Amino acid sequence: MNKNNIGYLLKEGVRGVFLHGFRSFAAVCVTVACLIIMGSFCLISLNLNVMVSELESENEVLAYIDENYSEAEAKSVGSQINMIANVKNAVFVSREKALEQFVSEQDDASIFEGIDAETLRDRFEVTLVDNTIMKQTVSDIEQINGVVKTSAHYEISDGFQTVRNVLNLTSAVIILVLLVVSLFIISNTVKLALYDRKEEIAIMRMVGATNSFIRLPFIVEGFLLGIIGSVIAFFIEWGVYDLLAERIEAMDTLQLFRIIPFTTVLPFVLVAYLITGFLVGVMGSMLSIRKFLQV
Amino acid sequence: MIELKDVELTYETGTKALKGVTLTIEDGEFVFLVGPSGSGKTSIIKLMTSELTPTAGTMFVNGFHLESIRARDIPYMRRTIGVIFRDFRLIADKTVYENVSFAMRVIGASDAEIKKRVPYVLELVGLENKGRRLPNELSGGEQQRVAIARALVNNPSMIIADEPTGNLDPQRSLEIMMLLEQINSLGTTVMVVTHAMELVNRFTKRVIAIDDGLIVSDGMDGYYTNE
Repeated sequence: MNKNNIGYLLKEGVRGVFLHGFRSFAAVCVTVACLIIMGSFCLISLNLNVMVSELESENEVLAYIDENYSEAEAKSVGSQINMIANVKNAVFVSREKALEQFVSEQDDASIFEGIDAETLRDRFEVTLVDNTIMKQTVSDIEQINGVVKTSAHYEISDGFQTVRNVLNLTSAVIILVLLVVSLFIISNTVKLALYDRKEEIAIMRMVGATNSFIRLPFIVEGFLLGIIGSVIAFFIEWGVYDLLAERIEAMDTLQLFRIIPFTTVLPFVLVAYLITGFLVGVMGSMLSIRKFLQV
Repeated sequence: MIELKDVELTYETGTKALKGVTLTIEDGEFVFLVGPSGSGKTSIIKLMTSELTPTAGTMFVNGFHLESIRARDIPYMRRTIGVIFRDFRLIADKTVYENVSFAMRVIGASDAEIKKRVPYVLELVGLENKGRRLPNELSGGEQQRVAIARALVNNPSMIIADEPTGNLDPQRSLEIMMLLEQINSLGTTVMVVTHAMELVNRFTKRVIAIDDGLIVSDGMDGYYTNE
């Protein structure tokens, strides 16, 4: 590419966006719509994943300690449990504390008055780093001297995993479909521009234009459409997200949902939008131009 | 220099457009290529501009072997040829000046080179005062002059004019032919493909006649029988 041409070709690309104003507007609108839907699914998925992770972290494994161990001996088992790689935290709960907890959870606490704490065992409430390998971790805990029994809710762990998998898969499929749709739209917009300028391209080729000379203005046009679309989509997403987060937090019935503040994910969303807009714009253009450049 | 040796061209449909054409056009020559519709004239132009590749034979155009030219070299080969069409093929939303300078942009000329060369070429074709006009503000003859200016601006060694007077009245046609003759006198090889028998006979130039994919006559007598 000759350096004399670069400025001219960039200008031609920008001119193309404005020359075909309505078509460019339509392409930007569709890109914005697709990016917002894609972004919304990503953010919903992210929020749900965080929520699932929080709920998951409450799914503890209980490790019961030999009743013949003194409290000091029982506590010392905790250090061994904590040494297991997948253990995030092991909190010691004495038999007295366990009884207290148990009684407080009952509707009629008076029935359990007089029960001796000695009938229970000291225990550790163990939270895991990765619940998908809960079975293996529980087996490791059971190998430790002093641990006589464990209690784990595998079905809850598996349920969370299923929810997470379904969420991720659904999001991935929707994002992929919308990505293809955006690519198709930008590609068609550039294709229409190419048809419009078919004669001009034929003349360019006749006077000896190289393929890169013909290609660059259209790539610039696609790039600009993609980037403009992604910037607009980003700001709309931000506004809508903040508005919805505010509404959800204000509703008593939806207190379970804790929405991640947009500012936390802002850099990630901005970069993701810009990269997607760039790729969709440039790739969409390149796909269309290919057939026109067969010499 | 143009050299075609036993050139054959068969389209994908099976139509044999050229059946063994051999001809040589020396640098600086002025040649008319004549023949009835479907005789193979356009096929020869398409081969010379590398829009098509010969099915058999060899073609040498301004230093390039077209039967084996690489795709990336085609633009550079085309820069050695200026092509003029019957329908002018100007870009409607560009001014005369821009239509001509556009051809220089394509080959990477600098602004300074463009500013120097375009006015000179416009003056050569008699359009020095029409640089700011749009093509649709010009007569057919003037539009063809713009096309000639565009073909000339990169200083090609050869001009191929495909029915350049096909859309013009006899007076404008004569003017265009005289302009092409003038360009030839400055050293550029000129090949004019035409049906206009009177025009051909008015100039004492080499006439190559083609019919049914074969060259049927090649001489300086200028005689050409229309179909």
